[in-house]
Amino acid sequence: MADQPIPALEVRNITKRFPGVIANQDVNLKLYPGEILGLLGENGAGKTTLMNIIYGLYHPTEGEILVRGQPVVMHSPKDAIALGIGMVHQHFQLVPVMTVAENVMLGSEAVRNGFLDVGAVAQRIHELSSRYNLDVDPYALVEDLPVGVRQRVEIVKTLYRQAEILILDEPTAVLTPQEIQGLFQIMNLLKEQGKSIIFITHKLKEVLQVADRIAVLRQGKVVGEADPRTATQASLAAMMVGREVILTVDKKPAQPGPVILEIQGLTARNDLGEPALREVSLTVRAGEILGVAGVQGNGQTELVEVLTGLRPALGGRITVQGKDMTNASPRQVTEEGPSCHVPEDRHAYGMVGSYSVAHNLVLNTYYRPPFAQGITVNEPAIVEHASRLVKEYDVRTPSVLTPASSLSGGNQQKMVVAREFSRPVKLLIAAQPTRGIDVGSIEFIHNQIVAKRDEDVAVLLVSYELDEIMALSDRIAVMYKGQIIDVLPREEATREKLGLLMAGVHPDEAASSA
Amino acid sequence: MNGDASPIVRLMRALLIPVLALIMALLLGAVIMLVFGDDPVKAYRGLLYGAFGSGRGWATTVRKMAPFILTGLSVATAFKAGLFNIGAAGQFLMGTIFSVFVGINFQGLPVFIHLPLALLAGLLGGMLWGAIPGLLKVTTGAHEVITTIMLNYVASLFAGWTVYAGGSQGQTPGPLWDPTAGPISETPDVLPSAQLPWIFGPPYRVHWGIVLVLAVVVLIWWLLYRTTIGFEIRTVGQNLKASKYAGIRVNWTIVLTMILAGGLAGLAGGIETLGVNHKFAPEFSGSVGFDGITIALLGQTHPFGVVLAALLFGALDAGGAKMQFDSGVAADIIQVIQALILAFVAAPAIVRSIFRLKRTPEQVKPTVSTSWSGPG
Repeated sequence: MADQPIPALEVRNITKRFPGVIANQDVNLKLYPGEILGLLGENGAGKTTLMNIIYGLYHPTEGEILVRGQPVVMHSPKDAIALGIGMVHQHFQLVPVMTVAENVMLGSEAVRNGFLDVGAVAQRIHELSSRYNLDVDPYALVEDLPVGVRQRVEIVKTLYRQAEILILDEPTAVLTPQEIQGLFQIMNLLKEQGKSIIFITHKLKEVLQVADRIAVLRQGKVVGEADPRTATQASLAAMMVGREVILTVDKKPAQPGPVILEIQGLTARNDLGEPALREVSLTVRAGEILGVAGVQGNGQTELVEVLTGLRPALGGRITVQGKDMTNASPRQVTEEGPSCHVPEDRHAYGMVGSYSVAHNLVLNTYYRPPFAQGITVNEPAIVEHASRLVKEYDVRTPSVLTPASSLSGGNQQKMVVAREFSRPVKLLIAAQPTRGIDVGSIEFIHNQIVAKRDEDVAVLLVSYELDEIMALSDRIAVMYKGQIIDVLPREEATREKLGLLMAGVHPDEAASSA
Repeated sequence: MNGDASPIVRLMRALLIPVLALIMALLLGAVIMLVFGDDPVKAYRGLLYGAFGSGRGWATTVRKMAPFILTGLSVATAFKAGLFNIGAAGQFLMGTIFSVFVGINFQGLPVFIHLPLALLAGLLGGMLWGAIPGLLKVTTGAHEVITTIMLNYVASLFAGWTVYAGGSQGQTPGPLWDPTAGPISETPDVLPSAQLPWIFGPPYRVHWGIVLVLAVVVLIWWLLYRTTIGFEIRTVGQNLKASKYAGIRVNWTIVLTMILAGGLAGLAGGIETLGVNHKFAPEFSGSVGFDGITIALLGQTHPFGVVLAALLFGALDAGGAKMQFDSGVAADIIQVIQALILAFVAAPAIVRSIFRLKRTPEQVKPTVSTSWSGPG
């Protein structure tokens, strides 16, 4: 490789630590002029952190970045832009009520005689648009444009700022299949004209189609590089989810009892009104853990919300212990299930940060005796209850009167778990129960979940961490695009199989596409 | 139960910003007086003496305090649920009209029936006027800031119409207009059986309404901090999603809170009418409803804080005349000071940067309206 040109961008030994978390560890990457580098990894693998470092949003804890062979230090995206690095974020950074030209010039306005020179900008957009086949009208209002075009506006924005290195963060997540093909054509055109592109994705098929080289990130580390000409979806999936078991949980074989939760043909929409659940059917028995695996955004959030009364079901049926609980209110689900729910987003749903630990521990039982007598709140009973749970669930807090927001993430989650697990229930719904918390707390919560199962509770576990699903589940369902595409017994579920299913590919199909 | 700091430390923290805001407003008020060649020391001495320097001063301060407490409490209670009630002015007026209507009718009722009935009518009028924006918010998503402001206009025009004196071309006068008042637009006096009795009669004119108001303060404090209803209201205000998760009926809580807030402002109107004015005329409406916003913020949206803030506003109102008489400074400077207080409490960041204060966890989020959109 002696005749390799100087890389357009190189990161050397980049490590990024956040308090309690290592987001990136010893990452080395090279991006050559005129190539598309696919950066593949699961959610939370550290892709976005790495790109934010390259774009000047974060400082690396260790390591250095070289642009065209020169070491650089970036303090903000402004520095990155000056070095010719452009980024198209997953969530577009556009002002809807402004025109394309106005959006493109935002932050680097063209001025003539003290006035904005929109004409000159529009002219430049026309040039860029025709050169790269972007088809963008400078005078269109952004709010009138479909998502695919908005993305092209973002690309124009980076090109207008003379970017040579483009970072596309999950650009296909918001696009239709046709728009994705259009984007790939544009990417190839950009590449032919000498631009370098980092294409971030977790979709195996796409990265195989468009990338020249593939780097796989797992748990903050580059675990390998692959050549798209020789790699298969199966080989990439294996690299992406890893082979070694990171978390192990001691548990006895499950003793499944009668069916507790039965879901039949459930349909629901997401916040944008798009179909999120398409005829989902599942059963969970007493004394078993059913894990729902899948890449984030495939309907898992909506499934949990519908089951817990936070989102309406449009069709289908939910029964808990034979009782119809379709579209029951959250309180009915809690009371009549009886069930408990560890929500996916503990800050938004699971707790009130300004409330004390004690009040958070009665967040959904505050109205019951002994915490309330009639409408009067019984503070001593609440405090006593809290003192007991804090000990039992090892919630480390200076006092039960401390505001929950001042606890660490792990202790907040243990507080939520304490509240939910301390009630006698038949059904436990846990979504991302260990998201973003320390290893010690993860272990504790995992053991608690298994203990619940052993008490004959039916457990529905949703997680985007395959390790967690594999460590805890007795059966594993895989969700893809709002459907359960397969349910496997734990023994048959290999990482490779699950990785492919999560990408929407059945294993036999993957073998033939290689 | 907001923290584990000792109660005294928490109290000091809560008082810090309001006290500093008051000091800054008074200082800036003094600068304004100096610019116009007035003597701020003389003015403030007059203000203090007018408000607290005599029995009559105290009586006036206390009398003026009563409606301030209730409108402040109205806005503060709504804040607890994350709602911004700009409508205390309109709710106050509706309470006034309802109370006056009961007060001028029903001749012959004994005082122990007529007076409570008239007060309840005021409460009801305000509740009605608070319920409308609450219902609009939960059914259509219309933001309460907009709807309460609009309902203020409706209430003001409605109140004006009820006492319309008729015109020279023989237009129909309003239903509550007092025919003996000639061309003046006002209601007759409420019957003696519906008037709040004096604790101290003229010249002090302190009525039993103030005792009632203080009882309401304790009741609201109890409701907000010692009942499951208050827990629900505060949880909705702090975290809407967590409220839904906890099984709280969010929409019902929002409507209930607006009814409560409206009722408090309406009761203020009733008490002011049955205790002080004894009738309604459009010029009585004043700014007490809007002052409720400043008072709620100055009182850190806590019922007891509201009492302290209302005491200050009562004193500023009561001492204004004496200040003008002693120093020649126009009493309008009082409104300037009140506006400055609002500016400083509403923008605590200014106060903090001037005094170089660090944020404490509890001060990071003052309980004010949470979102601009309706409940999801």
